[in-house]
Amino acid sequence: MMNLSDPAIAVRDLRVSRGGAEVLHGLTFEVPRGQVTGLLGPSGCGKTTLMRAIVGVQIVSGGEVSVLGEPAGSAGLRRKIGYSTQSPAVYRDLTVLENLRYFAAVLGVPKDDPERVLAEVGLTGAAHQLGSTLSGGQLGRAGLAVALLGRPELLVLDEPTVGLDPVLRQELWTLFHRLAEGGTTILVSSHVMDEAARCERLIVLRQGEILADDTPDVLRAHTGTTDLEEAFLRLIEERAVA
Amino acid sequence: MSFAITLATAGRIMTQLRHDRRTVALMVLVPTLVMILLYYVMDDERSFGRWAPILLCVFPFLVMFLITSIATLRERTSGTLERLMAMPLGRLDLLLGYGLAFGLAACAQVALALAVSLTWLGLDLPGPLWPLVLVALLNALLGTALGLLCSAFARTEFQAVQFMPIVMIPQILLGGILVPRGQMATVLEWISDVLPMSYAIEAMTHAVADADPGGEFWRDVVVVAGSAVLALLLGAATLRRRTP
Repeated sequence: MMNLSDPAIAVRDLRVSRGGAEVLHGLTFEVPRGQVTGLLGPSGCGKTTLMRAIVGVQIVSGGEVSVLGEPAGSAGLRRKIGYSTQSPAVYRDLTVLENLRYFAAVLGVPKDDPERVLAEVGLTGAAHQLGSTLSGGQLGRAGLAVALLGRPELLVLDEPTVGLDPVLRQELWTLFHRLAEGGTTILVSSHVMDEAARCERLIVLRQGEILADDTPDVLRAHTGTTDLEEAFLRLIEERAVA
Repeated sequence: MSFAITLATAGRIMTQLRHDRRTVALMVLVPTLVMILLYYVMDDERSFGRWAPILLCVFPFLVMFLITSIATLRERTSGTLERLMAMPLGRLDLLLGYGLAFGLAACAQVALALAVSLTWLGLDLPGPLWPLVLVALLNALLGTALGLLCSAFARTEFQAVQFMPIVMIPQILLGGILVPRGQMATVLEWISDVLPMSYAIEAMTHAVADADPGGEFWRDVVVVAGSAVLALLLGAATLRRRTP
């Protein structure tokens, strides 16, 4: 049995190559339990690859990834991690509810769970719509709803708020914080800096390396700016000088 | 592997089919329509009696091969396969789910084609009906299994449909339909000996012509069933939890 003070995710010297080029160059970091940790960085910095490695669907070339005390990809983790990909992995030729019912059956979660997660992402009204008729934002929320099935201990969410209007974005962030208060660990990626301020911890990634790994406040203090976008630029400059 | 997950997967695939009525209509009607066309082209009961079993063999295989390879390719490209691989779903759950759902679709297909052939088109069966149904269903299963396997080697739908002639045409040419297998060049006969369709066609010919299908029929059935199982296992091996 693992200790609650142990990190939810511990990554050591993780290296991943894709298409012959190394895209993650030896990352080492930890993600604390029961918090919202933001994975930030520009498109192409390796966020998705890192998340895939944590979920255990990415072939890695070196290093260790341990999730909830087990090596990433272990069979025992498959019910404990909720994963939503950037392009929503839902069946376009099924309705939202049919999608959720199927994934709920695969996970073996209670029968009323699909209705619960639909309400949580605000999609109850579109329950009987086919995936192919949903808007991009609705599809994204359907994908997120699948990840919430069965109340997993760890949520790995790849850009879950892309294309959403500000009200919905606000609602989803409220949901993330509520889940974190209940003990769920959330790793959420974004390329939008204004979302960084909503995280309790930030990991800033650029070109497959970690630029910073701290709380938003410490990052602001360290870079001498209140604006995270500005902080990001300072970090890059700092790196260039060093 | 879990029985409940396999069933849920088969149910999900059937629901997907239910939302795509045109595909279902095509799947069920096309073999029957081709049967009718064949009947009028042959215009003679003996030739029809010789060709009908072959079509009953080829169609379930062909259709199941095509729809399975496209459907699994879709799972791969839409990200749903990756999602499932991160969930407690066994690889055989997915494959058997497809086999089960499309096998049921194949039943409907074969049932209609057979019913029309035996009544309106006057196909005469000296023996019982079940051997014919058995072979047709095994063929559908073989098509599903090979479709799953081939979809692993296709990155786009364009590539996937091209596998159809590669897998189909040599099997038809070498299956003893156009030239009896014994009259082929030795090398071709060897190739013919390892292609499952050769046995399927032979079994179907026995099922249609014999009053009491005997040992040879059962040998052929075992070969076709074994090929389907082998293709399913190879297909399972191509599904990877971790991808590059």
